[in-house]
Amino acid sequence: MEGRSRELAYAFPRTIPIMVGYLFLGAAYGILMNVNGYGIGLTVFISIFVYAGSLQYLGVTMLASAVHPLTALFMSLMLNARHLFYGISMLGKYGQVKRKKAYLIFGLTDETFSAVCNEQIPSGLDKDKVYFWITFLDQCYWVSGSFLGAVAGSLIAFDTTGLDFALTALFVVIFTEQWKQREGHMPAVLGVGASVLCLWSFGSSAFIIPAMAVIFAVLGMDYRTRRQTE
Amino acid sequence: MSVNNVQAVLIVGAMILGTVITRFLPFLVFPAGKSTPPFIEYLGKTLPYATMGLLVVYCLKGIRLTAAPYGLPELLAVAAVAVLHRRKGNSLLSIGAGTVFYMFLVQAVF
Repeated sequence: MEGRSRELAYAFPRTIPIMVGYLFLGAAYGILMNVNGYGIGLTVFISIFVYAGSLQYLGVTMLASAVHPLTALFMSLMLNARHLFYGISMLGKYGQVKRKKAYLIFGLTDETFSAVCNEQIPSGLDKDKVYFWITFLDQCYWVSGSFLGAVAGSLIAFDTTGLDFALTALFVVIFTEQWKQREGHMPAVLGVGASVLCLWSFGSSAFIIPAMAVIFAVLGMDYRTRRQTE
Repeated sequence: MSVNNVQAVLIVGAMILGTVITRFLPFLVFPAGKSTPPFIEYLGKTLPYATMGLLVVYCLKGIRLTAAPYGLPELLAVAAVAVLHRRKGNSLLSIGAGTVFYMFLVQAVF
């Protein structure tokens, strides 16, 4: 019992910034689900089992426009592709974990990754437990936030028209954040350019898959030219 | 269960599957100690940027540039979020203020 509380006591302060962010963004998600007519149960279910913030926000739009499940799958894979690289970065640390390894991998969100990737855990503590507590606390914040938002959503009396812009704002923020990296300019412009081109050619209900194809094709060509010039 | 509910279950199922695949794949494909193929590393560096560009366009796909209000509320609010974020660098502030600004624009101005 004493051992358990020591790892928890070490993990908790490291998750406080994430607590603030997750309660706020989780609540916004709950409100958004509620004003779009989805119940508290579905909201909490998604927060527990999907547990991927920006995908869940996108999911509100995908549910509302009843996209094809395959489109939803491709969107999930594209949007979550960054997780592949969190996973690759954590191979060393999580490779030796004995217990609850599957849960640690399942719960490796952007925020949890940012908390565990540079963590130098003191040798007196059980590393597996510290990783578990950071991951578990983060998910508790996210699920609580979305539950509270879903409850609050039904009490909201003001006009919520335009509230779904929160999703657009989230992606614009990430885009702006990424724009600071110079090597990201080409793919960022490619992403916008290919999408606008395909939106214009295929219309708003069918442009996603062609846009993804164009992005992959151009990235593949760019990779080949880079290898040849090296 | 109505057709709509079936569709919703399939969409949520696809979201769960997509997330589980991207989170578990590295641990299944690259056991510790084995090096990552260079093309995968290249995709890792570039795909997140391209995806975010795609998603911004996806969110704005509904705007009509040829009829009033010509997408102005969206474009103004996107610009406001980007400028605010560049200046202050606070994600929650940028998202919160940008959303309130957009709600004000669509409810009271346009």
